[in-house]
Amino acid sequence: MTHVNKPTVAFFDFTSCEGCQLTVIDTLQTNPELLDVVEIVEFREAMSEKSDAYDIAFIEGSCTRASDEDRLRDIRARSGVVVALGACAHLGGVNAIRNRQRLPEVRQYVYGQQADWFETYEPRAIEAVIEVDGVVPGCPIDGYEFQRVVTALLQGRSPETPDYPVCVECKLDENICLYQLGQVCLGPITCAGCKAICPAYGVGCDGCRGLIPNPQIDQLREVMAEHGLSTAEIDSKLTIFLTNQLVQWESQEKAHVS
Amino acid sequence: MSHNLNIDIHHITRVEGHGNIVVDVVNGELKQCELQVTETPRFFEAMLRGRPYQEASQITSRICGICAVGHATTSLRATERALGIEPTEQTKLLRRLNFLGEILDSHVLHAYMLVAPDFLNVGSVVPLAKSAPEVVLRALRLKKLAGEICRVVSGRHTHPIAMKVGGFSHFPTTAELYKLREDFIALWPDVEETVALFQTLSIPAFERETEYIALRNEKTYGFIDGKIKSSDGGSWPLNLYRSVTNEHIVPHSSAKHCFNQRDSYMVGALARFNINYDLLHSRAKSAASALDLGPGCTNPYMNTVAQVVEIAHCFVEGAMLIDELLQMEIAWEEPVAPVRLSGEGVGACEVPRGILFHHYIIVNGKITGANCIIPTNQNVANIEADMRELVPAIMDRPQADVAQQLEMLVRAYDPCISCSTHMLNVKFE
Repeated sequence: MTHVNKPTVAFFDFTSCEGCQLTVIDTLQTNPELLDVVEIVEFREAMSEKSDAYDIAFIEGSCTRASDEDRLRDIRARSGVVVALGACAHLGGVNAIRNRQRLPEVRQYVYGQQADWFETYEPRAIEAVIEVDGVVPGCPIDGYEFQRVVTALLQGRSPETPDYPVCVECKLDENICLYQLGQVCLGPITCAGCKAICPAYGVGCDGCRGLIPNPQIDQLREVMAEHGLSTAEIDSKLTIFLTNQLVQWESQEKAHVS
Repeated sequence: MSHNLNIDIHHITRVEGHGNIVVDVVNGELKQCELQVTETPRFFEAMLRGRPYQEASQITSRICGICAVGHATTSLRATERALGIEPTEQTKLLRRLNFLGEILDSHVLHAYMLVAPDFLNVGSVVPLAKSAPEVVLRALRLKKLAGEICRVVSGRHTHPIAMKVGGFSHFPTTAELYKLREDFIALWPDVEETVALFQTLSIPAFERETEYIALRNEKTYGFIDGKIKSSDGGSWPLNLYRSVTNEHIVPHSSAKHCFNQRDSYMVGALARFNINYDLLHSRAKSAASALDLGPGCTNPYMNTVAQVVEIAHCFVEGAMLIDELLQMEIAWEEPVAPVRLSGEGVGACEVPRGILFHHYIIVNGKITGANCIIPTNQNVANIEADMRELVPAIMDRPQADVAQQLEMLVRAYDPCISCSTHMLNVKFE
């Protein structure tokens, strides 16, 4: 049964593990009713069919080379709404870890003498290149949140995700605070929406959903130091997913002080 | 009639990652035949340098959304070897159960969602949901169980949470294990139906002898640890992996190529099947004979069939593993602590697409050198060798037909291209 005027949806991938699209495939499989209200017109990982214009484009992955920019702008021009799917598109994700090293060293280390054969630059969020209308955060995304974002877009609302910290959901889940168990966790500075899944499984938050507004990073650094982490270890913990956001935050702080 | 073919399949669909097939035939002569890997390089090895060893498994699971558990497990084994950690029996069983969950998830996804549409003449699984809903619903039931196994053991499949160096940070309850056991038994008929479905699909007839490489354990079929074994003879300890893989860079691909005793070799379900047939459970062997698959098979299109056989094996072994875990009464335990903070170690696992190596050098708790060799890299040269032999045999057919046969060939290998693009020449200092 094909409805006329069903919104067309497309999925695109840039530098990523494609795990967020897999989460989408799983979500569509367990919620096939979603397929009754939208028309998926392009999804290379799962389909051979292709299209030219889209009402909603979901983009997974970071922009990691100059030639990605043209493809991103092209998708933007052909799409009504663009949504960043997952931490790589939203923040630069783990891809941005290497931005802490000098680019020529990174290339030399992995590809040696042939480093120049492969085009690359500093990984960045897609928002650094094109306007983005919504985000499904996380590494990977949460399937239920993906459904909520789709629902909001279909109702003509702009999708909103929580901007309070993971700690709120962790407390509601009645987990013991990992700091009380001698571990460290980025829950206090990271946006919620994941139901604190990592702390619930005994692992400290790595910040994959991005910084909350006004994060108390210096104070959290002190707490982590009290828990025995060296400055290098704290830097390391803060830069699994947040490398690019920390750079932005530091420059805002400096501007604020001066 | 002179034969001319100019095939340029840009971004092959229904595979993980970006690759192109380029074939050029002029007057019946094959001029060019390449599988070009165009995925952006990812530089994971460089990302690991200077980071605490505890982060390696969380970061490297992000290499691939499909084999996230495989990367995490291989990473943990490399770190544990480097730091002298011997995990407990309970940890080994839980990791293996989690691993079977991922093999099931990946094989069901590949066989049903990515490969079956080729044989049923549809562009994807979406129209299949309307034309053959019972097929799609069966795949969904199987995938749901696979996902549930990983959720119970490690929090989720992509990307596992509770897996740590030396052990786990969370443990399944007895009730969860009983439920999984019930599901394994209840869904066995779906496995039989899967075998029946693949009996009806006509797999292209194409044979080419090559070398098959897989991990070999004494008692179990795959998947974690063991020795490297070749169908051409020869067995190597894991620390000699470089002398087996011989990775080298080629200009048309951001994935490196590999060779061992011939110009190329194959890894994956068919290689595991050929090397470890004797260790398959009898029910999996019955599935193999029902599917006309026997050890020594040299048809790469049969790789998907070997995956179906492994689905049967994972079901039986999964249920048996759960029995063992229930018998030993699973208990909370702290991860085993390292005996040293500096060392070098190689980890290897048979992930869904074949043998995966992680190699780390750790100094004072920090990673100073890292190398990952991914199954798809090891297969690319072999895929090209298959294409070079296949194209002349079928070049009389219409170009669209040839293109489809080539795409199906690449898909049969179940390439994981985003995985394949971060290998290196590491200078280990």
